[in-house]
Amino acid sequence: MRYLAVAFLALIAAPVAADEQPVKLKPGSGLDKVEIHCSVCHSLDYIQMNSPFPNAALWEAEVKKMIGPFGAPISDADAKVILEYLKTNYGS
Amino acid sequence: MITRRALLETAGASAAFIGSGLAFPRLGEGAAAGPALSPALPEGLRENVVLDTLPGKKPLIKLSYRPPNYETPVEYFRTAITPNDAFFVRYHLSDIPEVTAKEWKLAVGGDGADGQIELSFDDLKKMPAFEVVAVNQCSGNRRGLFQPHVVGVEWGYGAMGCARWKGARLKDVLDKVGLKKEAIEIVLDGADGAIVDKTPDFVKSIPVWKAIEETTLIAYEMNGQPLPHFNGFPARIVLPGWTGTYWMKHVTSIKAAIKPYDGFWMKSAYRIPLGKFPLVSRFTSQDTDTNTPITEMVVNSLITSHADGASVKAGAKVSIGGIAWDGGYGIREVEVSPDGGKNWSTATLGQDIGRYAFRIFNFDFTTKARGKSVVMARATNKIGQSQTTELTLNPAGYHHNVIHAVTLNVA
Repeated sequence: MRYLAVAFLALIAAPVAADEQPVKLKPGSGLDKVEIHCSVCHSLDYIQMNSPFPNAALWEAEVKKMIGPFGAPISDADAKVILEYLKTNYGS
Repeated sequence: MITRRALLETAGASAAFIGSGLAFPRLGEGAAAGPALSPALPEGLRENVVLDTLPGKKPLIKLSYRPPNYETPVEYFRTAITPNDAFFVRYHLSDIPEVTAKEWKLAVGGDGADGQIELSFDDLKKMPAFEVVAVNQCSGNRRGLFQPHVVGVEWGYGAMGCARWKGARLKDVLDKVGLKKEAIEIVLDGADGAIVDKTPDFVKSIPVWKAIEETTLIAYEMNGQPLPHFNGFPARIVLPGWTGTYWMKHVTSIKAAIKPYDGFWMKSAYRIPLGKFPLVSRFTSQDTDTNTPITEMVVNSLITSHADGASVKAGAKVSIGGIAWDGGYGIREVEVSPDGGKNWSTATLGQDIGRYAFRIFNFDFTTKARGKSVVMARATNKIGQSQTTELTLNPAGYHHNVIHAVTLNVA
């Protein structure tokens, strides 16, 4: 339930934490899914600082790590959109 | 609720250093800010990094807001003790409660202990107190300088600090419950946690032999003050010589275990390939056939007197200063090269304030012709280990101790 509550907050008000500055990622297809899912657990500067060096395989491994060991509840369809966004905008 | 005043403009951000005459360009104007950050760091970091002020802290280099990962600017390493309000901040998970000393409780027990107890903050402070000066350095300090880059928090040089820690000995606390003969590891947990239930909580274990060393503390003071919130208030583990991952902040649970702890943060994270690093201090109950937990820090040094690209006068005396440290064997020697590694001279070491502490070094030389002068520093510890000339590659980007170089513009 905690996840749902925080995800809802992310939808209505970014940034999630009251004392956090908004991190603006590059506009692009799929950014909405990135903002909704990724920012539940971490600010989006994690993506910026880990760029643009990751190739497609590295970004795929990261998305899988977040869903696998870290347990992020993201559907396969949304994960695909997120991966495409990262590869297109923050990949090498 | 603590509010944060973010510094989006840089005026005053480096106020403490203005007038020092030493060239440290200011951060915070994006890529235009100049060479304050190493050009070796990922482009995406350099373009977006800002100085930001957490409650109780000076402006630090913000790598991520949530969980907060903030690095100490190099200027603060000109002294052997790092100020509390400039000390780096590192968290893995985003739920960080503000525990008060009054409500804080420490549970001690586990299947490797004869009994179990709960200590209050007052109980802890009533125990015999000990002090140790020790470096707390993130395993991934300098990860951002790895080539090729590896994924993670892309630290530059400042995911470390040295403080005088005061607290009770972990051994004395364990003696209160008594350890069984079969106990092999001590499992540590803190008050911070994950946002999503399925995310593994940040829990670490250490071998019993290290836990009962006289210098292993449950610290409640740092440089004579209570721990800052973002450095583990009200109490944290201090494990001199070993990297910061084991220095559990806001520690609330200490369990003796008769089996190797197999949580994510032990089994899958903070691992280094076996045989790649010259480590003496080992955590063998956690070994696999191919890797082992990171343990003691590798010998390292940092030039702090001059930033890369600083200007100096031709024919003038230049005083190079910096710090050196290792996993607790102590620094035997620091050599400085004023000419990109062709010639090396022994630097003067500053006061020895403890084998786990930063050791200051200084070296004066006179610049020659105009142009570029690459100054390098190389530390050797008392068991003969030296810094590497080439990066020791490893998947998670740990133990970067390549010889530090700064280029001076002689004009």
